[in-house]
Amino acid sequence: MFIDYYKILGLSKSATQQDIKNAYRKLARKYHPDLNPNDKDAKTNFQQINEANEVLSDPEKRKKYDQYGKDWQHAEEFEKAGQHRGQSASSDGQRFSGAQNDREFSDFFESMFGSFEGAGRRSQIKYRGEDYHAELHLNLLDAYETHKQTLTVNGKKIRISIPAGIENGQTIKIPGHGGQGINGGPNGDLYIAFSIANHPKFKRLGNNLYTTADLDLYTAVLGGDITLDTLNGKVKLKVEPETQNGSKIKLKNKGFPVYKNKGQFGDLYITYEIKIPTNLTKKQKELFSELSKSQS
Amino acid sequence: MENLIPANVFCANHNIEISFISSLQETGLINITYIEEAGYIPESQLQQLEKIVRLYYELDINLEGIETITHLLQRVNLLQEEITVLKNRLRLYEAI
Repeated sequence: MFIDYYKILGLSKSATQQDIKNAYRKLARKYHPDLNPNDKDAKTNFQQINEANEVLSDPEKRKKYDQYGKDWQHAEEFEKAGQHRGQSASSDGQRFSGAQNDREFSDFFESMFGSFEGAGRRSQIKYRGEDYHAELHLNLLDAYETHKQTLTVNGKKIRISIPAGIENGQTIKIPGHGGQGINGGPNGDLYIAFSIANHPKFKRLGNNLYTTADLDLYTAVLGGDITLDTLNGKVKLKVEPETQNGSKIKLKNKGFPVYKNKGQFGDLYITYEIKIPTNLTKKQKELFSELSKSQS
Repeated sequence: MENLIPANVFCANHNIEISFISSLQETGLINITYIEEAGYIPESQLQQLEKIVRLYYELDINLEGIETITHLLQRVNLLQEEITVLKNRLRLYEAI
């Protein structure tokens, strides 16, 4: 697909080299990844303006682009015609890092100019590879226990250990598993953001868990024992007589594991929901009526 | 234990003056460890330092500008973390 490099830099076709330099510098300051962390749109924009500058700041590339840009699929003819002119000049323009990976140029660019071979005054400098960002979806039970998981990031399989108690939205860094370093520089890091789905029965807030327990009217009034599910098994609870609807109890250390604090847990809060009996028999209705009268 | 990178090696690799590193130390943007008068950069500061080098040499942002940007980026990070916490809370109430 044809890319309008002039439009990307906000320039007309008659722009001078100085105009290109100024426009590029202005946009690079706006969209540089260092100034826009975790902003995918800014990164995409930055790659586009880098590519636009790579072409327009190099007179030879610009000429080829101006001549064949819209008809780029026939650019090979230009190559053949231009062979006698010798090798093309290298770019005079400066190319900013942060998007220094060759693979970040568009198919359009690669078709016209081949792979990027490095340009600019800082091309021999060792650069750290790009940081990768990935998102991992877990359910609440997955996050409850430390476990290992294999991920595929950019075609490579990585086995990571996910500590119990990881929070929704939390990001962990896997050093050295990002993009490859440039000119022998160190690899970037991999950042994994966790997205933890809500559990149908348990709500989590920090390390505490919240749930509701249905209580029949008779147990609520008279007291008794109930069995309740927690995330790591069942517990038996003693219900006090005359328990009110909506009353809460706390089970200490039955909540969520505390991240990277083995053996420590939050609390589990249980809200009682008293269920009023339905489909009463005639006899039961009479008994309730009697009970009602005894109150007045 | 932390790996220390000799400041002169870092400067040679990045084509920058050692005085630039000293300026960063003076403004408090990075901390350098000195051993027998030779400056060393703790590995944990490397990423931040490389970012500063890019901002200074490539985007022509002066040290005052970098200080401001660093401060604002820290604020952005804190706000993003706060948004995550608030979203989690909101999810809890929306689910009830």
